[in-house]
Amino acid sequence: MIAYSDRKIALWHIGVAYTAFLIGTLMGVLQVFVRNDSLELPAWLDYYQVLTAHGVLLALIYTTFFIFAFFITGMSKSLGSFGPKVRLFSWIGLWVTLLGTVIATVLIIIGEASVLYTFYAPMQANGFYYVGLALVIVGTWISSFALVGHYLGWRRRNKGQLSPLFAFMTITTIVMWIIACLGVVATVLFQYIPWAFGWTDTINVELSRSLFWYFGHPLVYFWLLPAYIAWYTIVPKLLGVKVFSDSLARLAFVLFILFSIPVGFHHQLTEPGISNFWKFLQVVLTFMVIVPSLMTAFSMFATFEIAGRKKGGTGLFGWFKKLPWKDVRFTSIFIAMVFFIPGGAGGIINASFQLNEVVHNTLWIVGHFHITVGTPVAMTFMGLTFWLIPYLTGRRFTKRMQILGFIQIITWSIGMLLMSTAQHVLGLLGAPRRTAYSGYNDHPAAMEWFEGIVSNHLTMAIGGTILFLSAMILMYIVIMTMFVSPKAETPEQMVEFPLAESDMSNTPKWLENWWIWIGIAAVLIIVAYAIPISQMIQHAPPGSKGFITW
Amino acid sequence: MHLHKYEKIWLSFGIVSLIVFLSVVGVSAFSQDHTPSGGMETIDPEKVNETAPFDNPGVTQLDEDTYQVAIVALAFGYTAPDLRVPAGKEIIFKVTSTDVVHSFTIDNTKVNMMVVPGRITTKSYTFEEPGKYLILCNEYCGTGHHMMYTEIEVY
Repeated sequence: MIAYSDRKIALWHIGVAYTAFLIGTLMGVLQVFVRNDSLELPAWLDYYQVLTAHGVLLALIYTTFFIFAFFITGMSKSLGSFGPKVRLFSWIGLWVTLLGTVIATVLIIIGEASVLYTFYAPMQANGFYYVGLALVIVGTWISSFALVGHYLGWRRRNKGQLSPLFAFMTITTIVMWIIACLGVVATVLFQYIPWAFGWTDTINVELSRSLFWYFGHPLVYFWLLPAYIAWYTIVPKLLGVKVFSDSLARLAFVLFILFSIPVGFHHQLTEPGISNFWKFLQVVLTFMVIVPSLMTAFSMFATFEIAGRKKGGTGLFGWFKKLPWKDVRFTSIFIAMVFFIPGGAGGIINASFQLNEVVHNTLWIVGHFHITVGTPVAMTFMGLTFWLIPYLTGRRFTKRMQILGFIQIITWSIGMLLMSTAQHVLGLLGAPRRTAYSGYNDHPAAMEWFEGIVSNHLTMAIGGTILFLSAMILMYIVIMTMFVSPKAETPEQMVEFPLAESDMSNTPKWLENWWIWIGIAAVLIIVAYAIPISQMIQHAPPGSKGFITW
Repeated sequence: MHLHKYEKIWLSFGIVSLIVFLSVVGVSAFSQDHTPSGGMETIDPEKVNETAPFDNPGVTQLDEDTYQVAIVALAFGYTAPDLRVPAGKEIIFKVTSTDVVHSFTIDNTKVNMMVVPGRITTKSYTFEEPGKYLILCNEYCGTGHHMMYTEIEVY
C-alpha cells in the first residue's frame, strides 16, 4: 500500500470529484424533465443555469479531480512515495482548483454565469466566474508540476532508465494538458477578465472562440487519456497478462501530444473568420489523431485474446468466453470500450468538414459526448473507483458492493443507450442542442422530430432517469467504501492496485525524449494556428461589448 | 519496435480508410464547392443596421438565377421580413449578429450557419422542394434561446 499521506491527497480528490458528480447528475435528470415539458423549474432556477452546472461539474470538475486522484495514486505506486515538496504542491494544487470550482459554482447558482462551460463571448458573466475558471486551470497546473517534479526526481535517481509505463503515460497526459491550457489561459487572462471587469470595452469574439477551441479539443483527450492509461496498464493485470506491447503503448501516447492540439477548428467548421483552407488542414490533422486510437483498439483486443487463450479458450472466438466477466473491475471497462466504438465513429463524422453542417449543434452532438466522455471515460472511472477507494481506505470491497457495482454499470449502460440513441436520432432530424423545452410554437417541423419510435420525449427521459438512479447507486458505493465498509484484515481481503507488468526490453529510448515530442507539437501548432490566428488579430472587426442575455 | 503482422494489416486498413474519407471530403469541398458556411467579411457589430446589405434585410434578387437573403440575428429573433424565395435558384444567405453569437439553421437543409458578431457568415443553398421551412437558433444565446425561430417559404 502507498504512503498514508499520499493516500490522503488522493482521497480528498475523490471526495471532491464525487461531490461534483452528485450535483452534476442531479442537474442532468432535471434537464430531461424540463425538456419533455413535465417539469417546470421554480422561478429562481433557470434551465440554462442547470445546464451550465451540469456541464461544468461533470465535464470539468468530476473528471479533473478524479484524474488527479488516479494519477497521484499511480505515481506514488509506480515511482515511490512523494517527497515533502511534491506533497505540499499537490495539496496547494487541490485547494486552488477547489477554490476556483467553488467560486465558479457559486456564481452559476446565483445566476451570474449562465454562459455554459464554453462561456462564449460576448455573453458576459460576472468577472469572478472567469477568475474561478482560471483558478481551476492554475490549480491543475500546480498539481501537474508536483507530479512532474516527482517524475524528474525518479529520473535523476534512475539515470538512463525508461520510466514505468504508468508514469510515462501520466507525464504524457500532463504535457499535453499544459500545452493545451495555454489557449484558454490566454483568452481568459488577456481577453475575458479585463473585459468582464470593465478595464477594456470590447472583446475580439472570433479570437476568443478560437483560443477556447485550441484548448477545447485537447480537453477531451485530457479526459480520454487517463481512461486509456487504465486500459493499457490496469486491464491486462485484471486479465492476468502483461501489457501487449510497451513500445506501441508509448508510441500511441506520444502521438496524442502531437495530434490532439492542432485540431480545434473542427469545432468551428460552420463559422466565419477562418478560411476553408485552414479549416480543412485541421480536419486532416484531426484524422491523424484517430491513428493512436486505432492502435489502442488493436492492443486491447490482442490483450483480450492472449488472456482468453491462456485460460484455455480455443477456436476463433472461444477466448472471448474465458474473459473474467464476473469481475466488475473488468466488465465495467469492457463496456466502456464498447461504447467508444460508435463514439469514435461519430467523432469521425463530426470532424468531416462539410458533413459537420448536418450535425453541428444538434442533439446528435449531445448524444456523441455522452457516449465518449459520458460512458467510455466515465465508466472507466467508475470501474477504477470500485477498487481505488477501498485500496486507499484499506477497506474491503464486499460481495454486496460487487453486486451493486454490476447493477450500477448495467443500469448506466441501459440508460445511456436509450438516452444517447434518442439524442443521436433527434439530432439527425434537426433538433437543436442546449435548449429548454421547445416546440417552436408547435411548428409542424419541430413536432415531427419527436414522433419517432426512439426519437421522442419519453426515451430521453427514461434514459436520463435510469442514469440518475445508476449515479445514486454509485454514490452509495463511494460512501460505503470510503467510510463504512469493514476494514480489510487479512491479505485476501486487501484490495490491490492492479498494475500490469510491462516488458520494456524492446522499447527504444527516444520515446521518452520529451523535447522531441514537445518540439514537433510546437511546430504542428504553429503550422495549424499561426496564420489564421494572426489574421484574426490583424483583420479584426470592431470588438463586441458584453451582453447579459439571461 | 515490433509490429505484429495483424497489427500492420489493421493499421493499414485504418489509415487507408481515413485517407479515403479525407479524399472524398476534400474533393467534394474543393472541386465541387461543397464547403461549410463561413466567409472572411467583417462588419462593425454596432453599425449593422446602417451597413449594406443589412440596412435593408430580406430577399433581394441579384440576377435571374441568384437571390441574396440578408438577415440580422439578435436575442431572440431574426430581422428578416417576408422570407420568400423560389425553389431551384441559388440563394445566398448573409447573416450577422448585433449582440451575442447565434446560429441561423434551416431545418431539413444543409444550411447551418454560426453567426458571430463582427463577422458576416455566408452560405449558398438551392432549395429543391417548395414548402415552409423552420429556421431556428442552435447556439445558446440566453434565456429566450429556445424561442428564437422564424420561417422561410420556398415557392
